[in-house]
Amino acid sequence: MPDAPRTLCGRLRGWGFVLPGLVWTLAFFLLPLAVMALYSLWQRLGMRLVTELSLANYRAFLAKSFFLESLLNSIEVTVTVTLLSILFAYPLAWILAEKVPPRWQRIGLALAVLPFWTSYVVRSYSWLLVLSEGGLLSTALQDLGLVDGPVSLANSRAGTVIGFVHFFVMLLTLTIYANLSQLPRNYRRAAQDLGAGPVRTFLHVILPLTLPGIMVGAFLTFVLCIGDYITPQILGGNRELLLPQTIMLQIARRSDFPMASALAMVLMALVTLVYLACARWLKLERV
Amino acid sequence: MSSKVRSESPTGLRPALAAAALAVLALRPGPAAATEELNALVWCDHTDPALIEPFEKAHDVKVNLKEYEGTGTALALVDQSQPGDWDVFVVDGVDVPRVVEAGLLAPLPDDQLPLDDVFPQVRMDDVTVHDGKRYAVMEKFGYNVVGYNKAKVDPADMRDLTTLWGDRYKGRIAVYDYYIPLMDLVALELGMKPDEISEKTLPKIREALFKLKDNAAMVGEVVSSTTALATGEADILLGGGEWAVAVMEADNPDLTWVLPKQGGILWAQSIGVFQSSKKQQLALAFVKYIMSPEGQARLATSSCFWGMPANRKAGAVLSDAQKATLRWDEQPDFLARSYRYFIPDAALDAKMLDVWTEFLQH
Repeated sequence: MPDAPRTLCGRLRGWGFVLPGLVWTLAFFLLPLAVMALYSLWQRLGMRLVTELSLANYRAFLAKSFFLESLLNSIEVTVTVTLLSILFAYPLAWILAEKVPPRWQRIGLALAVLPFWTSYVVRSYSWLLVLSEGGLLSTALQDLGLVDGPVSLANSRAGTVIGFVHFFVMLLTLTIYANLSQLPRNYRRAAQDLGAGPVRTFLHVILPLTLPGIMVGAFLTFVLCIGDYITPQILGGNRELLLPQTIMLQIARRSDFPMASALAMVLMALVTLVYLACARWLKLERV
Repeated sequence: MSSKVRSESPTGLRPALAAAALAVLALRPGPAAATEELNALVWCDHTDPALIEPFEKAHDVKVNLKEYEGTGTALALVDQSQPGDWDVFVVDGVDVPRVVEAGLLAPLPDDQLPLDDVFPQVRMDDVTVHDGKRYAVMEKFGYNVVGYNKAKVDPADMRDLTTLWGDRYKGRIAVYDYYIPLMDLVALELGMKPDEISEKTLPKIREALFKLKDNAAMVGEVVSSTTALATGEADILLGGGEWAVAVMEADNPDLTWVLPKQGGILWAQSIGVFQSSKKQQLALAFVKYIMSPEGQARLATSSCFWGMPANRKAGAVLSDAQKATLRWDEQPDFLARSYRYFIPDAALDAKMLDVWTEFLQH
């Protein structure tokens, strides 16, 4: 009984800490999401907004093949980017955490996050200049005698993927490095004492222990990549459409917010499914 | 066993999340500039300090400019604003009727605007005047035609739109990403006039667009498509014109444009005052400045993109070199051979956008 007031006080203090976050989430996430969900059930007819609830926009999404193709393109590009980013980021994080002397690690990390300091749009246009026919890459390949004529990776899916991977490798490097740098060396020594070789130690000890970092980075990569409009718009050359580009078409051309909202809800549903699939590794109580 | 290893692990999500959060924060842009004095919703050509500063000094006012691309985006910005937030609106001429229909623009006094000095073909009173009241005035115009690099392609080929559907320039063509003028150009290529686009003729347009896509290196908005031309990614820009190549002419004199034999598509942008503006007089003064010969000359040669001034008297302010770049002397011929943007009704517009989306996805 004497503990009751203290418990109540503790609870109130707990709510005091949580409340700002809850209010923020309610005001800037849940409420806008609810408004968007409601909008997706309305319709834009000419300049008129019809507020009668209907699933017409969702039916249009399923009926018009270019909407579904946009979604599939988005999934393909995002999965490719996520896998490539992991493949490049893991060795980089490993080298930073294991091979670089501690006093150089900070500089290494600073270099790793350097791309974050540049404007996203500027970075994408820079890639356009690098990847275009008269760009740095094409000139270098020709000077080295590796290709006969000019080559271009700009205005293609490859260009979009390169732009994305350059950015997200840095994000994944940070999350994986955070895991690797705190991994006690005793685990590896124990594995070696038990007869495991380097490959076995990596596959059965280090990789499982760094999965949280990989999954956090991969999930963030997935979410940021699948919702990104700028990179495919600048580097993809509209050779194909990704879902965010299709959403923007509805808004920029016709102010069709209901259709754009329905497409955004589809995107949201996809991200939710991915979250649920990754939830096993994303739970904080596992820490 | 593996779960036990995980449960004992000091590694985990907290450091990873913290690092990731820092990285994600770096993605977010900074806050937008605060609005004050005169607020204008404009195209990028109005953001040139050489155009705005003389007005600011003359009226001791700060003009806040919000640049947008696509009328839909502008209308969304207006929807999300409070009445009175915006004072001046620069909008695509083709969209003036729907903006007026939405009650966004205030009437302008004809007697305070140099309407008699505006090129007659560009006044477009049928678009800007409703129920006897003028709601906007055309301020700048140009052509969606064929921009190209004369060092890379045969200029004679560029005078015929059908060449772009052949194999000769396959993979060398950039297409301007705006469905109205591009479908108008496709209609011309098919021997139709832009106002013959209908639900019935749309399948033909669609088929021609798909063939065009097979030949295209890319489809892009203003910056992307002109960058493609500048970097050599493409040698031809369908839908380009003076607006696409004039700014780059000094760096690359080989970039030029032509009005093909089938004709060109005339674009025109307009300026008006928001009905809800609390600074009607100041906003009108801005419109008058933009329509003055000096304002027109600066707008025509804006660092973002060039275009013909609607006011003919700007010719006295522009240099000979600037007029040569704008093809000033050829305007009578160009205007005679050009068609205005086709303005579809809402239902056809939606279908045209669907076809354009299919084209982009093709």
